[in-house]
Amino acid sequence: MVELTLPKNSRVVEGKTWPKPEGATNVEELRVYRYDPDSDANPRIDTYYVDRDDCGPMVLDALIWIKNNVDPTLTFRRSCREGICGSCAMNIDGTNTLACTCGMDESKGAVKVYPLPHMAVVKDLVPDLTGFYAQHASIEPWLKTETPEPSAEWKQSREDREKLDGLYECILCACCSASCPSYWWNSDRYLGPAALLQAYRWIDDSRDEATGERLDNLEDPFRLYRCHTIMNCANTCPKGLNPAKAIAEIKKKMVTRQL
Amino acid sequence: MRTPLSRIRGLGAAHHGTEHFWQQRVTAAANVLLLVVLIGIMVTLVGSTHATVVATLSKPLVAVLLVAAIISVSIHMRLGMQIIIEDYVHTPFRKVVLLMLNTFFTWGVALTCIYAVLKISFGL
Repeated sequence: MVELTLPKNSRVVEGKTWPKPEGATNVEELRVYRYDPDSDANPRIDTYYVDRDDCGPMVLDALIWIKNNVDPTLTFRRSCREGICGSCAMNIDGTNTLACTCGMDESKGAVKVYPLPHMAVVKDLVPDLTGFYAQHASIEPWLKTETPEPSAEWKQSREDREKLDGLYECILCACCSASCPSYWWNSDRYLGPAALLQAYRWIDDSRDEATGERLDNLEDPFRLYRCHTIMNCANTCPKGLNPAKAIAEIKKKMVTRQL
Repeated sequence: MRTPLSRIRGLGAAHHGTEHFWQQRVTAAANVLLLVVLIGIMVTLVGSTHATVVATLSKPLVAVLLVAAIISVSIHMRLGMQIIIEDYVHTPFRKVVLLMLNTFFTWGVALTCIYAVLKISFGL
């Protein structure tokens, strides 16, 4: 059965409160989830204070500032710091988003930072995305053709290219999948909004010749039809995309080919 | 030990689900119309005598619409409950038993209701 409470060893306890930076007048409080797999201790919430006059405006700036100035053991993923790589996806004030594009000013009170929900935690704010990436691989996200390859590029009309807008921008940050209750309960069989949006990106690509095969691969009560149009994915996507709409389009194609 | 891709591919795609999805939409659309009819009949019969109720349900159109409502609602109920069981019950044996009970229950409800309507309608 679905579990609504955390197992005992996953229950979050109050952690350490780190000292405020000396001499700082403009201070921001951050409450950050900490978990060390090498100890038997339960996860905890540590409280940090960041000197806003010495730190950038985004939550990622604050985390980097904490790692550099307060606690070097704080662990998180980050790379581009401008919303392109998707590495710093985490749950900030209850919403999955990118720490690099989420301003500290957007929080009322302390900024609450957790890893993406309902995923195994590797350490602190780093979730295990192995299954998520395998789901992406399973939809075979590349152009499939049988027609002999042209000497130059595969041609695509301007209109057909425009159909991919709102799909190709996905950065695979996993914010959407980790926000989806259907994915929480059935992530072993349901592909989740991110993989399905990527699947539709190839289904709707005019150059691709494997549309039917792709639909066959998705036609399953769990892989596709676990989506109940809850719309958390569209609500939380930091790139403003709408995976729920892409999934609805796949379902529409499934019905169209049967009617 | 299985690779992550092997775990995700699992037993492969079942190649069904679309019919379930479509049936749910069709019965939902039918329910909107048929439930309006059902509620309308119930409201007009509030406070009526037994004889009036029997006379109304004996009309072929009323009986047919009521039977149609029972069938449509029952199918929709079974499909919806099936989704809920599949969503939340992950123990294989328990899931199979609940899915079977769901089918038996909805068939039971549907057949009992249809029998009642026909019995009154035919004045048996």
